[in-house]
Parts: sequence; C-alpha cells; structure tokens
Amino acid sequence: MILPIIILLPLLAAAASLLAQRRGFTAAAWAAALPVGASFALLAGEIPEVLVGERLLICRPWLPQFGFNLSFRLDGLGLLFALLILGIGLLVILYARYYMAPEDHIGRLYALLMFFMTAMLGIVLSENMLLLVVFWELTSLISFLLIGFWTHIPLARQGARMAFVVTSAGGLALLAGVLLIGNVAGSFELSAWFSARDTIRSHPSFNVALVLILLGVFTKSAQFPFHFWLPAAMAAPTPVSAYLHSATMVKAGVFLLARLYPLVGGNLVYEYVTTTVGLTTFVFGAYVAVFRHDLKGLLAYSTISHLGLITFLMGLDTPMSSVAAIFHIGNHATFKASLFMAAGIIDHECGTRDMRRLGGLWRHMPQTAVLAIVAALAMAGVPLFNGFLSKEMFFAEALNLSHLPLLGGMGPAVVTLGAMFSVAYSVRFIHDVFFDEPHDLPRTPSKPPRYMKVPAAVLAVVCIAVGVWPVHTIAPLVNAASKDVVGDALPAYEIALWHGFTLPLVMSAIALAGGALVYWLLRRRYDLHLHVPVRYTGRLLFQQAFDGAIAVAGRLTKGMENGSLQRYLALMFSAIIGLGAWPFFQHGFAAGATATPMMPLALVVWGSAMAAALGAVWFHHARVVAVILIGVVGLALSITFAYFSAPDLALTQLAVEVATTLLMLAALAFLPQSTAGESSPLRKTRDALLAVIGGTGVAALSWAVLTRGQESIAWYFLEHSLPLGGGGNVVNVLLVDFRGFDTFGEITVLSIAAVGAWILMADLRAAQSVVIRPPEADGIMFTVAARLLLPFTVLVAVHLFLRGHNQPGGGFLAGLMMAVAFVMLYMGEGLRETLVRLRFDFRILLGAGLLLAGLTGFAGILAGTPFLTNISWHQHVPLLGEIPLASAMAFDLGVFMAVLGTTLLIVTAIGQARRKPSPTGGAA
Amino acid sequence: MEVMVAIGLGIVTACGLYLVLRGRIFPVVLGLSLMTYAVNLFILAMGRLVPGASPIIMREVAEYTDPIPQALVLTAIVISFGTTGFLLALAVRMRHQTGSDHVDGAEPEAAGRPAGGP
Repeated sequence: MILPIIILLPLLAAAASLLAQRRGFTAAAWAAALPVGASFALLAGEIPEVLVGERLLICRPWLPQFGFNLSFRLDGLGLLFALLILGIGLLVILYARYYMAPEDHIGRLYALLMFFMTAMLGIVLSENMLLLVVFWELTSLISFLLIGFWTHIPLARQGARMAFVVTSAGGLALLAGVLLIGNVAGSFELSAWFSARDTIRSHPSFNVALVLILLGVFTKSAQFPFHFWLPAAMAAPTPVSAYLHSATMVKAGVFLLARLYPLVGGNLVYEYVTTTVGLTTFVFGAYVAVFRHDLKGLLAYSTISHLGLITFLMGLDTPMSSVAAIFHIGNHATFKASLFMAAGIIDHECGTRDMRRLGGLWRHMPQTAVLAIVAALAMAGVPLFNGFLSKEMFFAEALNLSHLPLLGGMGPAVVTLGAMFSVAYSVRFIHDVFFDEPHDLPRTPSKPPRYMKVPAAVLAVVCIAVGVWPVHTIAPLVNAASKDVVGDALPAYEIALWHGFTLPLVMSAIALAGGALVYWLLRRRYDLHLHVPVRYTGRLLFQQAFDGAIAVAGRLTKGMENGSLQRYLALMFSAIIGLGAWPFFQHGFAAGATATPMMPLALVVWGSAMAAALGAVWFHHARVVAVILIGVVGLALSITFAYFSAPDLALTQLAVEVATTLLMLAALAFLPQSTAGESSPLRKTRDALLAVIGGTGVAALSWAVLTRGQESIAWYFLEHSLPLGGGGNVVNVLLVDFRGFDTFGEITVLSIAAVGAWILMADLRAAQSVVIRPPEADGIMFTVAARLLLPFTVLVAVHLFLRGHNQPGGGFLAGLMMAVAFVMLYMGEGLRETLVRLRFDFRILLGAGLLLAGLTGFAGILAGTPFLTNISWHQHVPLLGEIPLASAMAFDLGVFMAVLGTTLLIVTAIGQARRKPSPTGGAA
Repeated sequence: MEVMVAIGLGIVTACGLYLVLRGRIFPVVLGLSLMTYAVNLFILAMGRLVPGASPIIMREVAEYTDPIPQALVLTAIVISFGTTGFLLALAVRMRHQTGSDHVDGAEPEAAGRPAGGP
C-alpha cells in the first residue's frame, strides 16, 4: 500500500497549504513541504530493495471488465523519476516561498503544484496503462492552470491555452494508441504487454498504435514540430517553469519512451521516426536558443533541444544509448531546474529577463552568479560537470549510426554542430548576464534572499558531485533504471570522467571551442543584440488555426441560432422526422398479422379522445376550453390503460390528470386567458405539415410494431417477482426492487422540478396582483364535501400504499391520491387557510422522502449486497403472527413521501401567488 | 384494435406537435401534455395490446401482460407532472418578469400585439 500513499501525500500537502496560507507564506510552504518530505522519505526507504532489482507491484481491481485496475509498479525507472519529482518538488516549494510576491495567492500555487506532483508521480508509478493516461491528462490540465496562474496577463492565458490544446490533443492520440494495443494484448497491465510482446508487435495495427503513442510523446516533450507551446508557456511563474518545464511535465514524454522501450525497441518505424524527430529538435532548438533575448526563452529552447537529444538517444536503440538517455534525463533536470531558478532570481532582483538590458551582475550577486555559471557549464557539457558525462556518451553513441543510414553518414557532424550551438547559448547566458556591461537595467539589482539561492545551490552541488564522482553518486540509480529499460541485454559499462583520448573527447573539444567561437563571431560580426527574431511560425499557425475554428463556430452558431424557439423546434422535429423516415424508405413497410378483436366501447372512448385532441388544437386560442379538452384526452387514456391490463397506470394517470388540470387552471389565472392568433398562414401550414407527417410516422410505426409478435424479457420478472421481490404486483416490484436505482433517480428528478418551480415563484408569492377566486364565490357545498372526503381519501391512499406490493397501488399512486385529497381541501377552504392549519413545509417532506429512499439503499450495502438491494425477512409480531417485511417497503415509503411532497409543493408554489390584501380565497 | 390505437396515437401526436410549435408558452405546455400521452401509450403498446390480463401474479393464471413498459410509464407519468408544473411556474414567472408569454421571452417585434389577459 506504500505506493498509493506516496502518490497521494502531495494531495494532502495541497489541502494543507491552502488552509495554511492565511498564516503567511512560510506556514503555507511548511504545510506543503512536510507531506511531500514524508512521501520522499517513504520512497527513499524503498531504494535499497529496488537497487538490488526488486519490483514492487500492487494491483487492485477497479473496473476489471474494462481492464482498468488501480495497479502501480515501482522499479528502477520509476524510482529515478519519482526521486526527481519529489526532490526537485521540495526545492521548488522553498524557492516559490521567496519568489512569489506578497499579493500572489501562494496557497493556490502550492495546491496546484502539489496536485501536479501527484499526477506526475501517478504517471511514473502506474502499472496500468489506462491509469497512466488518466494521470497524463491530469498533468495537461493542471499545467494549464499553472501556466495561466497569473490570470490577468493575456500572454499567460494564451500560453496556457496553447500548452493545453497541444498536450491534451497528444494525450488523446496516446489514449487511442494505448486502447489499440490493449485490445490486442487483452490487458492494460504493463507486465502483460511485455510478456505478449511478440503477439502485439506482429499485429497489423501495431504501427498505427505506435505512431499514435509517439504523437503523445512528442507533444508532451515539446518535440519539433509541436515544440511551440513550450516557449509560450514561459509566461508561467518561474517556480512553475523550473518544475514543469525542466524536471517533470516535459520529461513525461521521454519517460514513456523509456517505459515502453521493452515493447517498441527494435521496431524500424520507431527507430526512424524517433531519431529523425529527436535529432531535428536537438539541432533546431539549440540554434534558435542562441538568438533568444529572453532568459527564459533561451532556457525554453535549450530544454527543447535537450529533450530532442534524449529522444534521439532513445531512438538509436542500442543498450548504451538508452543508458545515456536515462543518465541525461537526470542531469538535465538538475542543471535546468537550477538555471530556471537563477533566471527567476535575476528577474526578481533586476526587474527584467531581457539579456539585451542585463549585464555585469557578477558585481551585484556573485553567489547567484557562481550557481548559474556552474549550471550553465553543465548545460554546455564542460568536463567536471554532470552534463559532460552524458554528452560524451551521447557522442559515442552518435558515432554508431551505422545501423541507421541516417543523413548518409553525416550524423556525427550534425550532432557536433548541435552541441556547438548548445555551447554558444550557454556562453551567451554566462557572458550576457554576468560579465557584459549593463545596458539599460530598470533598477539597481538588490540582494536576493538567502533561502532563495539554497535550492539552486543544492542542484549546483549535485551537478558537480555527479560530474566528478559519478560512480559513487548516480551510477547505481541509472543502472537500476537502465535494467528496466534495456533488460538483460545491458552490457557491463562504467560511467567515468576519463576514457582516454577518444573520438567523443575530440568531438567535445570541437563543440566547446566551436561554440565559444560562434558566440564571439555573433557578438563581433553580427551584433547579436540587434537580432530580431523571426515570427514564430509554429505559434502563428496554431493561433491562426485556433482563431479560424472560433470564427467558423461563431458563424455557424449565428447562422443557426436566431433566438426563436419555434424555429429550433421546427428544425429539430424535421431532423427527427427525417431520421425516423430513413428506415421506412430503406427497408420498406409492412404490417404483421396480429389482430385483437375490436371492442365497440373502446371505439367510443378512443374516438372521443381523438376528437378532444383535435378540438384542443382547434380551440387552443380559448385556453380554458383547451385545458378541459386535454383533460378529456387524459381521462380517455386512463380508461385505455385500464382496458389494456395496466391498472396501476390507469389509477396513476387519473390522479395526475386531476392534479395537472388544477395546476393549469391555477396558472391560467396569471397568464392571458386566450391566445391571440398571430401565426402567419405560411407558418401554420408549415407546422401543420410537420405535425401531420410526424403523426403519420408515429401511427405507421405503431401499427407495424403492434401487429407483430414480441420477444420480451418479461418472463424473468414474472418468474422472480415473488421469490426474489416478495410481491405479486410485478410493476410495483420492478419499481421498488428490480429497478430501484432508476426509481430513486426519478424521484430525485421530480424533487428537483418541484424545488425549481418553488424557487421560480419565490418573488411572486406575495407580490402578484391576481385573485383567482374571491372568497365570496366559494361554494359551501364544495367546501363541506372536500372536508368530508378528506379522511376517506387519506384512507384510500393508505390502503393503496399498503397493498401496493401485491395489488395495484404503491408509493407513487398513494402519494398522488393523498395529494389530490389535500388539493381538494385547498379548493374548498382556500390555500392559505389550509396551509396555516397544516403548518407543514412540504420541502421537508420531500427531502425526508428522498433521504429515506437513499438510506434504504445503504441497507443493502450493510448486508454486503449492492446499493438498493432488497432485504426481506419475516418478523414475528404478537397477535398478528409472522409478517413479511422488506426494505423495499421503506423505499416505497420514501417514494410516497417524495411524490406527496413534490405534488403539494408544486401546487402550493403556483397557487400561493396572490394579491397581498386578499385575506382568503381558493387557490386553484 | 391495433389499427385504431395506431391512428389514435398518430392523431394525438400530430395535435401535440402542432401545439408545441405555437408561439405562446401555454399552448406549448398543452402540446407537451398531448405528446406525453402519446409517448406513454406508445411505450405501453410496445408490450403489445393485451386486454383482460394483468401484471399481477395470481394462482391459476397463466397469461400475463408485460410489466416492464408499465413500470417505465408509471414513473414517466409522474415525472411529466413535475415538468408540467415546472414549465407552468416558468411561464408565470416569465410573464411576471418580462410582461410577455411568448416562448422567446419577448413580444415579436413586427406584430407587437398585446397578448391580452390581466
């Protein structure tokens, strides 16, 4: 269980720092650092076991039928990355404490950073690939929030959007690739993928999946031509850049390459695509970086370049190239994070990051200068710093390009050229910032706070320690990680400072000397400071595509939406009719053979319903008449239900019909009593045409279905209703037991509608100036009758409820009946009087009903069965004997209360709107 | 019988469609009610027309009707009451707030006839 704890501890840090920020920046930093430190300590405790080659695997099934498990693995590769994520994360916490300005919301920054940390740890420690993709998308999402942290800066918002669109689009490609491979492998567990390696690779869809996964990798790791989001993301606060854009987020891509290497290594498509993209990115990024004037811009392109280098190494596909790639991942994370922190300090103290204005900072901040120079030398690949070691290995591997006929043998030369540019921008960073004369400093640099320099110092020390004593520091970790990537093919090797006078050493020397020369030439002959960067084409293309998409969407919306509901409905109905008509023309139309004998009485009932419906259309301008005619249709429907063996439906329809008609009449008191004839003849014709076509379609469809036989799953419920549900009324058993969850949802929707109606009428409850029926018009007969009927109706409702499990009835019906009884009382006595006498809030009734129904569901869980499983038992009651009891009854009671509460709440909401001075009066 | 039910369903649906396409909110509510009737009967009819049976288990009875559409329709009836209530409240509120009961929330510009009523 230790792995999930390691992953989730940063989330605790996120919550803690949000809570602690009221007590100041330092408290927030401690609140973030302590859980992260604990997580780091837990992880460190696992180091010895992982180093001897053990793997921690945890699997907890989540959705096993989809292959989605909460499974984690800790191996050498994961350990190396997790240490980087947590270690540099701790340093960034300290750094951000001093970097952020007092007006910044530091709790939010910490919370997002820690949340990001959890997502990142999830990526590197996932065993299940679907889980990995989820964490992958989480990093895209949180990086969006982090890059756009300063929401008031337009560039930050733009950069955040760009990063999000590019990386999450790549994430979708990755998901598609993972699904393809998972489909072939029959599992999403990494171990299963590795053991099914040959099956997966020989499958025809493997190359498609590979390209999709590589798309995810290249977008995340900012490879050409998807690199443009990374420079745009430099609008983020510098702690975010130091964390996301040096050590973590952008490394997720190359991590995935390493993670999947056992599966994809040795594939020609993989080798060609990865080496080409990697080498292009390496040289291109290094070249562009030389010409950037913004410190962070230079670092961003340098990061792109180094990620290209790592990608290239992974693609070279030899055991040692993978070792070099992993080694360089760690080295780059340390020196680049340190450089970002130095850039942040310089920006913080000088007020600018523009190298055309900076200069001579050696005098003002010598300590920062030393730290930055150490890191920059590591970046350039100078001996005695860690960057040198991995770069030497990189050169050595680049000389082995023989198995990839890339660039016709020019590979080593191109690599050396790229390394020269790397040296050139490193030298520029050192010279322009610390030694050159200042040109236009916004203010005299102040002294940076001591603890702001500590994180950069720690990283600088690591750079030197690894550079001088590689065997005693990083070698075991790199070795363990490489074993997980390369497997048993890993040859004996040694990371060493001195290999003798070899060709890679010569290449290093050429790069160092050439790089320095390039910088000198650019300063003297070209005047680098006057260089105007070309328009960033990638960013520009993206922006154009983005704006274009928005414009097209806008035009489309404007063209379709003119704000007229009638038009939308007509379009929608036309579309539905079109969709429904398609199969008719496709497959022809024929009725079946079933024929039920005609009943003369049915003809009368159904005939009057049709006449009433047509009448409602004809008379719809006279609204009261239309309401009554609609009521006739409803009553006919109720009789139809009864005739076609649906007693529950018949009773429910009857009760609802009464309540609906009352409600409509009540609402009419506040609405015009008649509808003006305002539709043009053209519109009337159009609507009539749509109506006739739609009606004909429904009639034809019904006829075709009704005259055919039926295969239903009804037998299951009829057979099991008594033994499993304990009730003879299968409809009721279906509602409260078999489909209880559905019913629970339905009464929830019902309650929402009622509360919505209640809220809509909130302002009108006392202000509306309408009297429905003046008190003197009350009929005494009706009042008396309503009073007399009330107890009987309540009795009927209780009876319906109690017998509902075995006879027509149940919670829905009983609730409606009871509501109708009260509504009659409203009509007789007046709403206000009734409410005053009742002294009851229907919202409480409604809520209690929902709560009861929900709690019943948990009874099932307590008994170890799924939510809302019916629990039944026989209870011995004195005098009455054995009584069958079931939790479904309590559920039905909840339904009853919710329905009663809902109905009364809606009627009350509409009925209560009235003129203030009127003391009494019937509501409906 | 099947023919009659089918024709009835068609007519009620057509009437509902026509009313839903009207410009004032009240006829729209009426139209929705009609369409609800048609849809509910349609769903019930998917279990076929079986007169004289019931979905209630009894001894010595062999033939039953399909209970599943009935369970679906029962909740549908009650929910449609809830939505009708909500729509009516919305109509009253809208009329109170905008002075119009047109479905678009404002009187049409060209034919700006007052809608009448209080």
